[in-house]
Amino acid sequence: MTDQCVTGLAILATVLVIAPLAAIFIYLLYKGASSLNVAFFTQIPKPPGEPGGGMANAILGSGILLLLASAIGVPMGIGGGVFLAEFGRGTKLANGVRFTADVLNGVPSIVMGITAYALIVQPKIPWLPFTGHFSALSGGVALGIMMIPTVCRTTEEMLLMVPHAVREAALGLGVPNWRSVLSITLKTASPGIITGCMLAFARVAGETAPLLFTALGNQFWSTSLNQPIEALPLQIYVFALSPYDDWRRLAWAGSLVLIVLIVLAVGLVRYVTSRGVLKGAS
Amino acid sequence: MGVGIEVTNLNAWYGTNHTLQDINLHIPANHATALIGPSGCGKSTFVRCLNRMHETNPVGRVTGTVKIGDLDIYKDVKPVQIRRRVGMVFQRPNPFPTMSIYDNVAAGLKLNGYNNKRDLDEIVEKSLKNSALWDEVKDDLRKKSGASLSGGQQQRLCIARALAVDPEVLLMDEPASALDPVSTSKIEDLIFQLKSQYTIVIVTHNMQQAARVAEKTGFFLNGRMVEFDATHKIFTNPSDKRTEDYITGRFG
Repeated sequence: MTDQCVTGLAILATVLVIAPLAAIFIYLLYKGASSLNVAFFTQIPKPPGEPGGGMANAILGSGILLLLASAIGVPMGIGGGVFLAEFGRGTKLANGVRFTADVLNGVPSIVMGITAYALIVQPKIPWLPFTGHFSALSGGVALGIMMIPTVCRTTEEMLLMVPHAVREAALGLGVPNWRSVLSITLKTASPGIITGCMLAFARVAGETAPLLFTALGNQFWSTSLNQPIEALPLQIYVFALSPYDDWRRLAWAGSLVLIVLIVLAVGLVRYVTSRGVLKGAS
Repeated sequence: MGVGIEVTNLNAWYGTNHTLQDINLHIPANHATALIGPSGCGKSTFVRCLNRMHETNPVGRVTGTVKIGDLDIYKDVKPVQIRRRVGMVFQRPNPFPTMSIYDNVAAGLKLNGYNNKRDLDEIVEKSLKNSALWDEVKDDLRKKSGASLSGGQQQRLCIARALAVDPEVLLMDEPASALDPVSTSKIEDLIFQLKSQYTIVIVTHNMQQAARVAEKTGFFLNGRMVEFDATHKIFTNPSDKRTEDYITGRFG
């Protein structure tokens, strides 16, 4: 009897967890799917009043921004995590880094945007060519910094879960410590670290606030890293607030596409990294 | 070929805990030497001093001299160099979980920058044959991960991994204590074969095991070596009362 009660409660909790997710997805499908067509993925937005148009530039822009952000956030985050778990364990510096990462994790994204604006968008820094104006690169920096704490702390936790016996095995073979960390410990922890990176990626993929002050948005095709660039969340924000029905429908379609793209990107990385001989190993 | 080990005035600490006290001992080349004694007597710490693994513990400290062949391992070389000459097999099988069987065996060479593929193939095959695992895994070398093998196979894989770097000494810290009787007897057969090529030091809780595989046996108690002699003498006619009490089961 008690058994059934607990099972029932667990099922209820599961339903409650899944329900909002399912509701969001179904509502987006209902509102956005009808506006999805080839033009949405191939054209840039039309002026208000003209029918058609799409968000191709925003999809491309989001892709570029997220690549930039990952190029900054993933190596720095993993590097920090390796330091915390392997080289700096127990030192004051490590405690400081860990505390900073936790605080950074809690910084609201709008604050991150304003800070990036004040530090690299507004002032012209002579040795940083992309500073002094809105640009894709400054957007990538803002998003990349937001990725660091998640990647860093997940990497640390995953590395600490690697059994001591595995480290000893490497040391016992006469492998230098740095080599053992890079080739054995990191590799053993990699499934968890990749999950952490994907979490961070998915989180910043939907961020709008940091981009308002950095990437700014751009109604036209642009692949220049030194120019303002469009992003899906930015365009959704602008279109959803607009008074035009066409634009608002596009905003719904854009939201749907954003979610689907995040799911696809996360799924693809998981598929690629779980293939091969060793998927059952960890 | 194996080399002898000469230990002089060896002391070891964990923090303030004086775990090994004034150990003096000669371990002969190309023989198996067993170390027995109750839990916590220092025998594991002792073997970990023979390849400088003890000092990888932040609170571990060692004084005294250990000579492996002509090499004073605490004076002449860096720890990583000595660990390539002194292989180690641990109590619990610890293959690298993300690596294939092949890569596990080749790991010691690859991670030290050795990459000649033909040589590696040869060394992997030879090491797996030497550890009596080749016939069981030769078709899955690259397909299966080291972690997918059974416990006994994993331990033989770890032995192959240690042999692949061509050590002169093989340290085994209770290599069969986590295994079933069939796997245990395979490991013992293996030790029997390997001692013609390597100097083997084996820590064991199992006195029958010591009697079966080792020519010499040392008895440790409370961080000191009480007695070191030919195995049959230790088990039939020990000189020290404490050794006799231990092997007849009166304590420990």
